[in-house]
Amino acid sequence: MDSMQLVTPAIGLMFWTVVIFILLLLILKKFAWKPILKAVDDRNNSIKEALSSAENAKKEMEQLTADNDKILSEARVERDSIIKEAREIKDQTIAEAKSKASEEAEKIISSAKKQIKNEKMKAMTELKNEIADISIQMAEKIIKSELKDGKSQKKLIEADLKNYMN
Amino acid sequence: MFTFSLQKSLFTFAFFALMTTTSYASKSIEEKTETYNPVPSIMHHISDSHEWHFWGEGENSFTIALPIILYTNTLHVFMSSEFHHNEDGHHVVENKGNKFVNFHGKIYLLNNGELTAQFDEHHHVTNATIPLDVSITKNVASMLIGLILLLLLFVVSGLKAKKNNGAPSGLLSFLEPLVLFVRDDIVKPNIGKNYNKFLPYLLTLFFFILINNLLGLLPGSANVTGNIAITLVLSFITLIVTNLSGNKSYWGHIFNPPGVPLALMPIMIPIEIVGIFTKPFALMIRLFANISAGHIIILSLISLIFMAQSGLGDVAAWSLSPVAVVFVLFMDLIEVLVAFLQAYIFTLLTSLFIGLATVEHH
Repeated sequence: MDSMQLVTPAIGLMFWTVVIFILLLLILKKFAWKPILKAVDDRNNSIKEALSSAENAKKEMEQLTADNDKILSEARVERDSIIKEAREIKDQTIAEAKSKASEEAEKIISSAKKQIKNEKMKAMTELKNEIADISIQMAEKIIKSELKDGKSQKKLIEADLKNYMN
Repeated sequence: MFTFSLQKSLFTFAFFALMTTTSYASKSIEEKTETYNPVPSIMHHISDSHEWHFWGEGENSFTIALPIILYTNTLHVFMSSEFHHNEDGHHVVENKGNKFVNFHGKIYLLNNGELTAQFDEHHHVTNATIPLDVSITKNVASMLIGLILLLLLFVVSGLKAKKNNGAPSGLLSFLEPLVLFVRDDIVKPNIGKNYNKFLPYLLTLFFFILINNLLGLLPGSANVTGNIAITLVLSFITLIVTNLSGNKSYWGHIFNPPGVPLALMPIMIPIEIVGIFTKPFALMIRLFANISAGHIIILSLISLIFMAQSGLGDVAAWSLSPVAVVFVLFMDLIEVLVAFLQAYIFTLLTSLFIGLATVEHH
């Protein structure tokens, strides 16, 4: 009889099981399963997002490093070109300065030479004129003195003639 | 019709159960005529009761009285203590003009004018009827404790989950893997993409069975999931949920099984219709039998000590007790495993049935 009772479902117990199970289902659904599963899903999503954003950050970093390298190498190239240009400008300036200086110097020298020449010519002309004057005066004096009498005139002519004869 | 066939199948099962227990009992009676018979005690332990008995006998026992709720023409509510632990039908309780007796754990309503219960030679009450009994029995009380425990555990976890969106901590960190285990390893693989609709039900089912299995292992506790009424309700819910969610191809397989010749249809269709009920029926029996069997084995092992005492004397009882204790300990550990396993299997098979009923073909 006892065993029979064991497998005969009691109505009251079935009723309470239904009530308790449905109560449990309704309360747990609202206050436990939804928030817990939502928290899990949210966490999964945030982890996924964090991972992807980390991946993105890594990519960005790589991009940035690449950009930096590029910029650096560009800067290096620019620096080199600037230095080169500066050197060229310097060389050019120096060369120009040199040529200008030598030109100037030559000009100065040539003008100095010209002046010297002119001065010399002037001096020579003056000297010539002076010498000519002096020579005329002397010749005058000499002639005056030589030709003061006939005898001396004669002697002179003879001497000149003699000179010419030779 | 359904209840009749169900009862018939239950009786078949009961016959089997009866055979095994009586043969066990009769064997022990044959060998040692004065040996302590553990069967009534074991049956008492695994059956539902109107009071929660812990230890002791009669008036000296430690028992928690539970409310008895009966419906005749009016509602009768009184405490089980009014019967004074009398279960042989001799103590009559009068409430609102009706007289009640407790006979072998069942409350009988005495017919009008009767003052005491009368019995025939088969120990049946002859002058009373069984009223609608919705008492808070030991199993109901145990289920309520389970309900409160589950609500405490999960509502607290739910509040915690709502507040904090970082890593789980404390109670939640223990319960969350279990919830995720049910979702990701039981429900998702078996139901497929529509699993979200059934998830609250299946989670509740898993934890309801689990907590009641585990509570049943405590000394002095009730045998909730080893009670046929409770497993019947759970499997009946499975039956309803499965068939209400069944799609066209599910019903097509039942009423027009593909690839079956027309001549076989009259055989196949009834088989398929029976199949609708055998699946949850197997669920009901599996949980009931597993948990009850576990309780019976543990109680039998403990009874060995008393059987040895009554048959072989105190020395034998004392020397057998360490062995029995080790065996009981071993069985208790297995029962913890079974508690998880049966909750898992019930939920898994329910998910599988729902999955089969909702799967989209091609």
